[in-house]
Amino acid sequence: MKFVLAGQPNSGKSTIFNSVAGYRSATANFPGSSVSFTITRALILGREVEVVDLPGIYSLTSSREVAGEAESYLLDEDYDLIINVMDASRLGRSLELTLQLLELERPMIVALNMMDEAVRSGIEVDAEDLAQELGVPVVPTVGRRGSGLRDLFRGALRQAHCGEASRSLELDRKVEEAVGRVRELLAESEFENTVPPRFVAEKLIERDPHFERHVYSARPDLEAQVLGVAEGLQEVHGWSSDQVVSGSRHAVAHRIEEKVVTMHPPRVGWREWADRLLLHPLTGGPLMVLILGALFWFVFRVGQRLEVPLLAITDRLALALAAQFPPDTFVGAIAGGALTGVAGGVALVLPYLVPFLIGLAVLEDTGYLPRMAYILDNFMHRIGLHGKSVLPLILGYGCSVPAIMSTRILESRRDRRITAVLASFIPCSARTIVIFGLVAAYMGPVWALFIYLFNLILVVILGNVLARTMKGASPGLILEIPEIRLPHPKTMVAKTWLTLKEFITIAWPLLVASSVVLGLLEWAHAANAVNGLLSPLTVTILGLPAAVGMTLIFGILRKELTLVMLVQALGTTQLNTLMTNGQMLTFTLFVVFYVPCVATIAVMGRELGWKDTAWVTAFSILVAVVVGVAGRLGYALFV
Amino acid sequence: MMALDTVDVKRRARVILIDGGHRVRAHLNTLGIHIGDWLTVVERAPFRGPVLVEVNGSRLALGRGIASKIKVEIEGSIESLSTPSREAEAEQR
Repeated sequence: MKFVLAGQPNSGKSTIFNSVAGYRSATANFPGSSVSFTITRALILGREVEVVDLPGIYSLTSSREVAGEAESYLLDEDYDLIINVMDASRLGRSLELTLQLLELERPMIVALNMMDEAVRSGIEVDAEDLAQELGVPVVPTVGRRGSGLRDLFRGALRQAHCGEASRSLELDRKVEEAVGRVRELLAESEFENTVPPRFVAEKLIERDPHFERHVYSARPDLEAQVLGVAEGLQEVHGWSSDQVVSGSRHAVAHRIEEKVVTMHPPRVGWREWADRLLLHPLTGGPLMVLILGALFWFVFRVGQRLEVPLLAITDRLALALAAQFPPDTFVGAIAGGALTGVAGGVALVLPYLVPFLIGLAVLEDTGYLPRMAYILDNFMHRIGLHGKSVLPLILGYGCSVPAIMSTRILESRRDRRITAVLASFIPCSARTIVIFGLVAAYMGPVWALFIYLFNLILVVILGNVLARTMKGASPGLILEIPEIRLPHPKTMVAKTWLTLKEFITIAWPLLVASSVVLGLLEWAHAANAVNGLLSPLTVTILGLPAAVGMTLIFGILRKELTLVMLVQALGTTQLNTLMTNGQMLTFTLFVVFYVPCVATIAVMGRELGWKDTAWVTAFSILVAVVVGVAGRLGYALFV
Repeated sequence: MMALDTVDVKRRARVILIDGGHRVRAHLNTLGIHIGDWLTVVERAPFRGPVLVEVNGSRLALGRGIASKIKVEIEGSIESLSTPSREAEAEQR
């Protein structure tokens, strides 16, 4: 049996999904946080059920020719039941999607979610009345607290079992007449589709480009006749046919809302006050700087507190090991490499990664990110983008892979391309570890801050250049600002763990293996050959020790590797004894900009195409060399 | 009739025209802005930044470009004499 969670963006689908799946689907408080679907198998009341978490959709009418992932799943795939997650605090708008889902004529149940937020905004919804109106069961839930979910899934099982399909609600009489006529036309031409004919007819009247292409390519003769019906509708109302249909759906939704909702005066709580300050023209900007500054400080302080004692322990271990197995023996080379890999993960990566992930999770879950998009919209226009691009860019500080995937929330292809390229240049958490572990640790936090600002300036310049050269319209900012929330400790832990697990299971073994390989290469004196090959770049141009050559090769796999490999290559954790401050700065600048890691290249290839990806990769090397040289000369001249 | 980006903070206004293509209109519709809807301007970012509006219970940030395409009438202006006042509407609820 297969259940599909469908609903508008930020209505809490992923939160409900995680309640049955364990924390598998990343949640955040902004619309569009899930861009692709996640499937899990769960045991519900002793029955095995597959649950699918779809990305949020505002409506089933696509404005693009290619239907989105969620739309095509709902229209074409095989499943037993739709769980429509509605945001009770935005009932009217959520109903408009619900009405369209009912038209799919599949078994359905409604999860009336976010009941707590609705109560705060003074909205009282009568679930029974709503069920009566919609003709499907309605279960009130608060996904974040898990209340009502048991009833929901019990109801879902029952509904899927009896298999009663939902029925469409009646729209405006004129619309119904038009839909009826188009249905007749479809029936006459014997057009077959997996979707109910009523749904197809309605979409054709709405001039949905996806359906128009689909139907008219098979039955070209239908086009003129259907357009005639649509024009007839247009003449009666004086609006375009798509507005007539969506307007009449709006009217039905509004009528249902009026019937089932009782309004009370909303409570003006701390949320309202927080928003007034966070979005105020005078205080919004400074508060944003303060919040980001606090995040930076938090990562640095926590990281440093943990790094110093941990390094002391691992150094002692390394010394003991070297005494037992000298590094110039075969066993010593392997053991030393393995220890460096394990120790690097514990002492260099985790101290900064954990606080950073927690900080980012707080930004995501409180709903501060869309507020940043609002504040920075103006600034982003200077680059040639708009505020929504802020979301992928900020996510880029976590990891480039989800950042590039999240560019799908942008409407225009041009904006998606530019933002994806820029996101790949933002220092992700792996690069952050190099910045903190090398520059902040040995040269001081001010220098780390300098690298971030320098990177930001370059990204802005790059954005400007790209925006000027790439053609295409940018529609401008249209973004929902969700209610601000206190981060939930359980979600925070689960979310941090989700990313951390990826580091532990994928990156760490890679770290250990790479360290061992490097140790062996050094033992066989092969590393010198590679280092020699790269020395024109590393030694002549960048002025770094020749030994860093290998680390840069490993860094293409994962950027954290550069730092851990550096320890292995130089043979000490006290990096400042072998590298000058200028060299550390140059090295870090180069690492931040050169070649995105393999995972990023893969996702970029998928989202942008391989031509763009190859171009970006080549370009990033050029930028890295220029920036590295600038760092080297700048430090030598001014400091 | 005036453009939404010129409406002052805390004023209520009613959408009378959306001057944009199919896509912009469809997008605004799905987010809850329809012709005839009342909305409140909550905040306006400085230097021609976006406008924050409250409509049908949700808050939306609209770039100035989009906001200038939404034509509205202000509550209490001469044009809207025929529309029910806020109090009357509240009573109906």
